[in-house]
Amino acid sequence: MPGLNVATGLTTRLIACFDIIDGRVTKARRFEDNIDVGDAAEVAASVYADGIDEIIFYDILASAQRRQADLSTIRKVAETVFVPLTVGGGVRSLEDMHAVLAAGAEKISLDSMAVRNPSIITEGSAEFGRQCIVQSMQVKRVPVTGEIPSGYEVFIDGARQATGMDAIVWARRGEELGAGEICVNSIDQDGTHEGYDLEITRQIAEAVNLPVIASGGAGSAEHAAAAFTEAGASAAIVSSLLYSPRMERTVPVGEIKAELAKRYGLPVRLV
Amino acid sequence: MQDDRPVVGVIDYRTGNSQSVVHALNFLGVPNRLLTSPAQLDGIDRIILPGVGSAGTTMTYLSEAGWPEALHARVIEGRTPFLGICVGLQVLFESSEEQDATCLGWLPGTVRAFNGADVRVPQMGWNQVHRTSTHPFLAGLPEAGHFYFVNSYYADPADAGDVAATTEYGLPFTSAVARGNIMATQFHTEKSGPLGLDLLERFAKTPQEELCPA
Repeated sequence: MPGLNVATGLTTRLIACFDIIDGRVTKARRFEDNIDVGDAAEVAASVYADGIDEIIFYDILASAQRRQADLSTIRKVAETVFVPLTVGGGVRSLEDMHAVLAAGAEKISLDSMAVRNPSIITEGSAEFGRQCIVQSMQVKRVPVTGEIPSGYEVFIDGARQATGMDAIVWARRGEELGAGEICVNSIDQDGTHEGYDLEITRQIAEAVNLPVIASGGAGSAEHAAAAFTEAGASAAIVSSLLYSPRMERTVPVGEIKAELAKRYGLPVRLV
Repeated sequence: MQDDRPVVGVIDYRTGNSQSVVHALNFLGVPNRLLTSPAQLDGIDRIILPGVGSAGTTMTYLSEAGWPEALHARVIEGRTPFLGICVGLQVLFESSEEQDATCLGWLPGTVRAFNGADVRVPQMGWNQVHRTSTHPFLAGLPEAGHFYFVNSYYADPADAGDVAATTEYGLPFTSAVARGNIMATQFHTEKSGPLGLDLLERFAKTPQEELCPA
């Protein structure tokens, strides 16, 4: 399994993932019950100052409301935060992609839209390069069947709609179609603070040669360390840990990194 | 009050991430303009060619707008300070394995794919940059500072004197080049946090005679 960060020189990456509603960061639990965290630009500035390596925005209502992603919020953050920004939600066409990149994002996250119309991955990749397209997938543990041999099924539309598609099959297909990175969001673990679903993260990291992002369930630096060392993830989303109102104690990025470096010997970027 | 600060032109072609570079320059208080055609080069003192995406597509878009000739006149003949970023570094070489592209050919060498090495491709994330040259652009760079990379290809300069910094990703590769007024980074200076902003500021604000050795 390539990509153990230690061997390549790359640091482990910690990502803050914002579920945006009306310009504000919110936090869900198992994809429901979003509660307010704060103004997106303010939360972004704070995690940037603490050393976050990357930020992902999901405009979680854009698709349902059939509108474009919230460009003014993206622009506002991109004016003061100088780490990579990924935008998901409301991206249906190449023109939508141009618009979010022009606002200051570098990557586009495609999720339910890519399941409905897989060729959008290929079109985006051809126009902007593979590195620009993040295939994001919502996965849920299900009984192993002939259809779902991995025991993980892909869901869409905020974890509400089953697709009948095996998560490993969809990840491999995304790599073939031109995705440059895969974000594995565990529906079961989302917002629980009980740790990532290491099993499906590892299976996908072994199935593709792309960087894989572990998402859903981080409650401690130890959980992030396990995503890197046991599941082969290149990056980990740590949103709850940083700012969830449901956490008893949130932890600044710098503190998580210090622990990753000191206790687990993992390479990190310090600011 | 007369403003004699250099004005930086940021080349804007269809797939580049020029807006991110503009955001960074604005944050640094650097006068700048987006350039969608060579006709807008009047009054521009320094030029940045940002880049994301593929070398072949980038060369196609640049050529359609007439940039190769205009840039040759300004940068090679006129010695205007120039900074290429990511694909903006790769297109300075003669050719790229990516889409078998013929590139600008300002620097001898080619651009190769990260294959064979046991690494995930694209390289995506923060990696260490080691300075190997005395070119003033990178003076002040901390040893082994982290910068943000996103690339599936890397430059292989034929003239070792052009290499300004190296990085490891399965193999050692050239992560910055510098020759006189031509500077370029494989990493995204505009998305590399405070260290990246420092480099952009250095390019934008250092007096030309100090920044570009003959």
